[in-house]
Amino acid sequence: MFSKTNVGVIKNILGSIGGFPSQKFKYAESAVNAVHRERELIKSRELERDELRPLYMDFQATTPMDPRVLDAMLPYHVNYYGNPHSRTHAYGWESESAMEKARKQVADLIGADPREIVFTSGATESNNTAIKGVARFYKAKKKHVITSQTEHKCVLDSCRVLESEGFDVTYLPVQSNGLIDLKHLEEMIRPDTSLVSVMTVNNEIGVRQPIEQIGQICRSRNVFFHTDAAQAVGKVPINVADWKVDLMSISGHKIYGPKGVGALYVRRRPRVRLEPLQSGGGQERGLRSGTVPTPLAVGLGAACEIAQQEMQYDHRYISALANRFTQKVMAAIPDVIMNGDREQRYPGCINLSFAYVEGESLLMALKDVALSSGSACTSASLEPSYVLRAIGADEDLAHSSIRFGIGRFTTEAEVDYTANKCIQHVKRLREMSPLWEMVQEGIDLKSISWTQH
Amino acid sequence: MATSSRSQVLSLYRMLIKESKKFPSYNYRSYALRRIRDAFRENQNVSDPKTLEALSNQAWDTLAVIQRQVSIGKLYTAQKTVVEDPVVKETR
Ligand SMILES: Cc1ncc(COP(=O)(O)O)c(C=O)c1O
Repeated sequence: MFSKTNVGVIKNILGSIGGFPSQKFKYAESAVNAVHRERELIKSRELERDELRPLYMDFQATTPMDPRVLDAMLPYHVNYYGNPHSRTHAYGWESESAMEKARKQVADLIGADPREIVFTSGATESNNTAIKGVARFYKAKKKHVITSQTEHKCVLDSCRVLESEGFDVTYLPVQSNGLIDLKHLEEMIRPDTSLVSVMTVNNEIGVRQPIEQIGQICRSRNVFFHTDAAQAVGKVPINVADWKVDLMSISGHKIYGPKGVGALYVRRRPRVRLEPLQSGGGQERGLRSGTVPTPLAVGLGAACEIAQQEMQYDHRYISALANRFTQKVMAAIPDVIMNGDREQRYPGCINLSFAYVEGESLLMALKDVALSSGSACTSASLEPSYVLRAIGADEDLAHSSIRFGIGRFTTEAEVDYTANKCIQHVKRLREMSPLWEMVQEGIDLKSISWTQH
Repeated sequence: MATSSRSQVLSLYRMLIKESKKFPSYNYRSYALRRIRDAFRENQNVSDPKTLEALSNQAWDTLAVIQRQVSIGKLYTAQKTVVEDPVVKETR
């Protein structure tokens, strides 16, 4: 799983966001070390038949499918197997109408026209298509792309590829609350900027970027605006018209839909043009060749419709559970830091740093709960995340952070169980920590010079 | 279509709850029970016949979905999770 290529990718990405070469190598080296260290620490192992399953608290990595979604999909896995692009028989027509219904369900959720929705294999493909596609299409006149340092790796790596093709990419830093500075963004826009790409909700720390204002700025400066909304769609109200978004990435498996499907919203008016990544039969308005997988598209559509109906209900419930969790934990143990802005956030993603505790040890101790230290989508690397570094978290604090993901199917009992275990193990680990002992004795750790380099 | 007297609504509610309790998955079961109770509570004061009929049709569809999904869940069971009490079955 952790091959050299994986590390290579991390290196590439980190290299592109750290401004200084020396720092860049430090990042990459520690990534390699982290991979080695993790081999020793958290071993993958399948559950025995009679063993209890851990709780699932990793809703940012992926979500379980809603049974209603599976119910909508199954007929297309059983009897209705026609190719939705077949024009000459009933098998094709019934699949096509299911696909078009799904397209409308996706469009309705974000306030778009169905003709503006392109089915893809997921948010990774949507992001690649949007970023590379727009930049390459307009490359004759425009050579500059802007994104932020806390984007998902598939966005950063797409930008990296563009750089190797001769494009200029600006990686906007974020403030300590995880949000980009709008003034700074405005200053960075140049006459040859073709695209700005900023994610809606961050997958590690849950902060919500000011998408409406960014849209406003981009529209007024005549720059296309793409947002990776994989973690936001179906969870917060979205309207591409109000937000002046030109392209938006959506993922099925983050919204209780199937894995391996997603969508890209591409605005028709004013028209956004892009160079497709795949060549072939010209499906999806030529933007994404390849047969649309009807069952998956139907699943995505159903997930979107359910999300639209349930958004308020889910949001209220998830907010209540999230508050319950943070209050419980923070009341019981001192020196817990919530990463990311306290207000501008999606409540179901809670990223906490437990000072004086190693995240890895805590994750191991919490083996009854399926959790991650942050960037779970890409790999289980325990390298302190580049997102936490970007918000300026201390090395130590970045190492001690854990992401708690709460979703539609989380129960109060699960939240309480996780909070209690967390409190118990943080206390235990701190008692074993010499640093914690020193802090208790009133020694200021920052005043100590640790090594002699 | 179904006329929706109070007793019919109650019987529909009971069927939905009874069926939802059969979900082998702890999380699906808990969600279904919570969602059904909240939905009926939310709509308890609805008196407009048209709305009642629409809600009741929707509930029948939901019942069918739950029945199918419970059957599927029973075909592919997994281990219990750590918060489920292996002895006392969750009911209320
Ligand atoms: C913000 C964000 N963008 C993109 C992705 C990738 O999505 P997908 O797995 O559908 O390719 C993820 C999660 O993995 C994500 O959290």
